[in-house]
Amino acid sequence: MVTDVLNALVLIANFVIVPGLAYGSQLALGALGVTLVYSVLRFSNFAHGEMMSFGAMGTVLMTWWLQSQNISLGGLPTALLALPFGILGAIALCLFVDRTVFSYYRRTRSAGVTYLIVSVGVMFAIGGLIRFIIGPKDRVFADGDRFILKARAFKKMTGLSEGLSIKTSQGVTVIAAIIIVALLFWFLNRTKTGKSMRAYSDNEDLALLSGINPERVVMIVWIITGALAAIAGSLYGLDKSYKPFTYLQILLPIFASAIVGGVGSPVGAIAGGFVIAFSELFVTFAYKKVLGYLLPDAIAPSGLMQILSTDYKIAVSFVILVIVLLIRPTGIFSGKTL
Amino acid sequence: MKKLLSMSAALLMVAAPALADDVKIGVILGYTGPIESLTPDMAMGAELAMSEVNDAGNFMGGGKTLVSVRADSTCIDSAAATAAAERLITADKVAAMVGADCSGVTTAILQNVALANGIVMVSPSATSPALSTIEDNDLFFRTAPSDARQGEVVADVLMDKGYKSAAMTYTNNDYGKGLADSIKMNFEKAGGEITISAAHEDGKGDYGAEVAALAQAGGDILIVAGYLDQGGKGIIQSSLDTGAFDVFYLPDGMIGDSLPEAIGPDLNGSIGDVPGTDSPGAAKFAEMATANGFAAGPFAPESYDAAALIILAMQSANSTDSQTFKSHMMKVSNAPGEKIFPGELAKGIKYLRQGLSIDYVGASAVELVGGGESAGNYAEIEIIDGKNVTVGYR
Repeated sequence: MVTDVLNALVLIANFVIVPGLAYGSQLALGALGVTLVYSVLRFSNFAHGEMMSFGAMGTVLMTWWLQSQNISLGGLPTALLALPFGILGAIALCLFVDRTVFSYYRRTRSAGVTYLIVSVGVMFAIGGLIRFIIGPKDRVFADGDRFILKARAFKKMTGLSEGLSIKTSQGVTVIAAIIIVALLFWFLNRTKTGKSMRAYSDNEDLALLSGINPERVVMIVWIITGALAAIAGSLYGLDKSYKPFTYLQILLPIFASAIVGGVGSPVGAIAGGFVIAFSELFVTFAYKKVLGYLLPDAIAPSGLMQILSTDYKIAVSFVILVIVLLIRPTGIFSGKTL
Repeated sequence: MKKLLSMSAALLMVAAPALADDVKIGVILGYTGPIESLTPDMAMGAELAMSEVNDAGNFMGGGKTLVSVRADSTCIDSAAATAAAERLITADKVAAMVGADCSGVTTAILQNVALANGIVMVSPSATSPALSTIEDNDLFFRTAPSDARQGEVVADVLMDKGYKSAAMTYTNNDYGKGLADSIKMNFEKAGGEITISAAHEDGKGDYGAEVAALAQAGGDILIVAGYLDQGGKGIIQSSLDTGAFDVFYLPDGMIGDSLPEAIGPDLNGSIGDVPGTDSPGAAKFAEMATANGFAAGPFAPESYDAAALIILAMQSANSTDSQTFKSHMMKVSNAPGEKIFPGELAKGIKYLRQGLSIDYVGASAVELVGGGESAGNYAEIEIIDGKNVTVGYR
């Protein structure tokens, strides 16, 4: 009986908890970037997905170079070593785009919708640039040990009939996300620059009156956004493989995460990422085997015991989005209303 | 800046007017979108046929040059594909089209543009069974076989290998759904069991949820009717990572060198099929492709054949008007006649001009049947040591 319960738990851990943690971390890092731009610069940056892609591309190119020089990190992916290069690339891109495009709309004090459409244009431009540089193909750049724990090894170790596997990339993703989030919060809450950013976000006029330099705040926001985008994009590419096309698609769950958590609230962005990731997994999971372990054979189900077919995976995030907007338009952690 | 813009615009206008002796053929494929990594080789295949004929210089008695005009079908966006095809016909005045690639956009272009303008289109890769019976005024052909036939092949291979129960996932579009239905019907008729048949969306960030559902349904093998550089790959990767499935069945959309390369040794032992033939044409085409700097990847041979058939039919009818040469498509592709292989298009044109009949075999052993679609030869694939190895033909 105990083994049955353990088997059921391992089954859920393997197919829901572990993938959900990694996917949730990736969404959370992406949503943090979106939310930061929204709270300080006051627009929804649709180009964020492509900025992630651009940063990841920098990491991929540098990883290849390092690999060709036979430099590696042993068991860990070489990409971690190349990541600073990707971050620099993404920051340079963000600053360039801001200087050439967004600064004009800031000067003319354009409406949020104008910004949004401009960011869509930027998105397509960056997407095209990426395809010029690295092409549309799928690139695998992960190396080192693929697994921290293999399903088969786990079965042998514990004697259970269900396996649990944890990929290196999943471990790296979760740990990196924790470090980044801690650093970001320390920066926002403890440093003078961070505080001036929050002041600027809360009330632009008052912040200007107290002598905060707006151009500096904007520049720092883009530097942080670029760094976050490059890290999120690279970790995502490391886990799944780098393909430019998918970064257009991941934009949707990222925005859903940011809105569900409360746009403009960094804590909300993280919470939103995990809410979206886990709700997709829990609602579409087939509980047939789990119930088979937990219930006596006589009443064990023969159907799949799925709440919703996986076809409706995207619908799940949207339903949550609609519910949150109806009940708490500001999101779970009271961000700004869109 | 303004001056520069108007100058480049003026330059474009000078460059645009085509010579009267040009025969334009549209190559409408998804250069962006879910199969953007396959289409460069496909387009190169189609354009290779044109340049081969241009080099020989005997098309239509000489003096006529074939010109390729590319347009983006996007593979998934019917509105964009229709607009692109419309542009090909009205602005570029193409005489015929190679394309489109994916079944959904192909149907849209055929119904909205090709039929309305009376232009022949030959798809190298649209395999949905629905296209067999579609109203086409004899304008639509395909050098790829219908998936109704592939379903039979899949069921046969699985049964021969002793797999009696399988889970199945398909890409959520006309191609995936059509193929999945055909596989399910044939496999169950042969006595097998499909434990679950679930759709997946392409280009999604994460396939954990799909794989979890498939794993719970169980089965000896997972049939992945998707695209190799899209959802299909994500599903396989995720299945292996979680230990859900060890072996996979890979239909045509999943066969390509990039997949075993990306997945690694874990894919060894998986099986699949791809349109293919042991005819010498395939090897000849692969050689020609390498010499011209591209790979004979999936559907590249079919693309070459699509363009070649259009050219030969034009020559046979001695006209570049779709309404006239459409009836010659079947004639040049089927027996009787002198067999024409890749690299021998000039020879085919010579025979046609002498009034002899030809049987175009091409790179994919084309034999047009029914309403003008390839009869369907499949190579049975097994992945051995990280390579797609052909182990037989069906």
